Amino acid sequence: MQTFAGVGVSPGRVIGIVRQMPKPVSEPPTGEFCASATTAEDAAAAVRAASKTVHAELKRRADGAHGSAKAVLEATAQMAVDPMLINAAVKLINGGASAERAVWDASASVAETLHNLGGYLADRATDVLDVRARLVAALRGVPAPGIPVSDVPFILVAEDLAPADTATLDPAKVVALVTSGGGPQSHTAIIARALGLPAVVAAAGVDDLADGTLVYLDGAAGTVSVRPDAAQVAAAEAWAMTAATLAVFNGNGSTSDGHLVPLLANVGGAKDAVQAAAAGAQGVGLLRTEFCFLGRELEPSIEDQVAAYRGVFDAFPGKKVVVRTLDAGADKPVPFLTDATEPNPALGVRGYRTDWTSPGVLARQLEAIAAAAEGSEAQVWVMAPMISTAQEAGSFASMCAAAGLTTPGVMVEVPSAALTSEAILGQVEFASLGTNDLTQYTMAADRQLGPLAGLNSPWQPAVLMLIGLTVAGSVAEGHHKSVGVCGEAAADPALAVVLVGLGVSTLSMTPRALAAVGAVLGSVTLGQAKGLAKLALAAPSATEARARVRAKLPILDTLGV
Amino acid sequence: MVERKATIASLVGLHARPAAIFAEAVGKVSVDVTIALDGDPADGEMDASSILSLMSLGASHGDIVVLHAEGPGAEEALDLLVTILETDLDSV
Repeated sequence: MQTFAGVGVSPGRVIGIVRQMPKPVSEPPTGEFCASATTAEDAAAAVRAASKTVHAELKRRADGAHGSAKAVLEATAQMAVDPMLINAAVKLINGGASAERAVWDASASVAETLHNLGGYLADRATDVLDVRARLVAALRGVPAPGIPVSDVPFILVAEDLAPADTATLDPAKVVALVTSGGGPQSHTAIIARALGLPAVVAAAGVDDLADGTLVYLDGAAGTVSVRPDAAQVAAAEAWAMTAATLAVFNGNGSTSDGHLVPLLANVGGAKDAVQAAAAGAQGVGLLRTEFCFLGRELEPSIEDQVAAYRGVFDAFPGKKVVVRTLDAGADKPVPFLTDATEPNPALGVRGYRTDWTSPGVLARQLEAIAAAAEGSEAQVWVMAPMISTAQEAGSFASMCAAAGLTTPGVMVEVPSAALTSEAILGQVEFASLGTNDLTQYTMAADRQLGPLAGLNSPWQPAVLMLIGLTVAGSVAEGHHKSVGVCGEAAADPALAVVLVGLGVSTLSMTPRALAAVGAVLGSVTLGQAKGLAKLALAAPSATEARARVRAKLPILDTLGV
Repeated sequence: MVERKATIASLVGLHARPAAIFAEAVGKVSVDVTIALDGDPADGEMDASSILSLMSLGASHGDIVVLHAEGPGAEEALDLLVTILETDLDSV
């Protein structure tokens, strides 16, 4: 029985058949000419046939979609039969190019024209390139890009998954995710946890698994095994039963000896907030406000923002809601705010820094948050992302005060903020650790890269030390100001125990993780949690830290998390 | 040559869904149809069955466009197409 080892990023034990994500369509050789056996007429006919096939497929997908997704698919379907595009390709064929090369170049030229027109049209350039990939795939007779269509549920295997790939992911069809690349903080990990799908990343070799192969996947252990044996079948069945009980969180985060640790939710809008409240979240530890700004060409009006934020606040009357101000840049570009030509977006003008290059947007956002808070019963806290210095924290606090917001805080994700947390907490009321980016910056490792998966673990001793230092800064500042964690680390039950042992006061996570974290946290005393934190800090590596802590928490294996 | 003018009714202008619906309808009629923004030079006319051309026309809500077609059935075709353009396709 062959087993592939990777990094487990979302717990669950399932058995399913493999379906490989089609490889991205590669560019045909430059200057490729029509094969001598093929006439220009045949090549042109092949292009027209491919065009009809792609049109039909996209129309079919559009029929099953709703709202803006439907609109995009309908427009893209029409592009596949667009006479301007097809005629341009045929012209190149008549000049001697192969069908694939003609389609490639004609589409590139259309995409470039749209891109140069800017704004809404520039966004459609991406759609043209998607159509191009589909046309070339149809000409080659290979599967079209995108999640495979299947009548039966399956385990999706890919090299890596991008947000565009997973936008149409249907949890009813896809039962688990496996990638040969990617890391524990990559998009695959995030979407898997948000959807509650078991997932393993950085599992070298899985690309070679044939479609239809039956495998057993353990998302906590990080393994994928071909041809499951009886023990694995039993484990998968046991998980199916436990998963049902693990779905319920009792709404009271605490250690076994009564040390309270509020378990909060990370949400991205009113719909998420309502679901999080239903799942028992004790508040919102991270309201990502990008949903108001992404996909627009202009800044949203204050009225629009007030309505959007109030939708979230209304789901948590009497409870804490921590709003993160706009975190644009890097993987979340906002055209009117961030510069896509920066050489190092992760180190660029992002988050709070955009206030320097585009002043006014943040002030208006704070005004909207204050207005929304006034009309609701939630306890609204506000924090700025990417704060690097105490001076920035002070400026942000002043801006909040000017808007009438009384509880300003900062995200600690830049290492300098962790190291100067005492001075920073002298300026604001609380801090929240963004462990995904903190790990990326501390270990100087891009979260998307498979080879760096080992470095990108929040179990890294250096990262745990910085978390400890952030808490120490709060203690030194002398006012018991809260230091919480809102990164993915909080969703890992074993790591959550370590965080509590390090002195973190609240944990905020995807609502799906609440029950597991609540259960594991409730199985240890505060003293035991502190002991496990010391154990983790003393370990020589991230892998050792994780293994040693997990070995002391047998409840993890019982629950299969 | 038959000519008709139409005022774009869709709130998003002649983009995305409205453009797709219009382009598809043009593809189904028996004549070739060209489109231009009212007031643009004559050589700015584009193939109305090409969604890419329609999008680059940049017609917004309230803009007036000019349709041209000729041959048998041109009048009926343009009447139909004008109706489509003057319906708010977002609410369809």
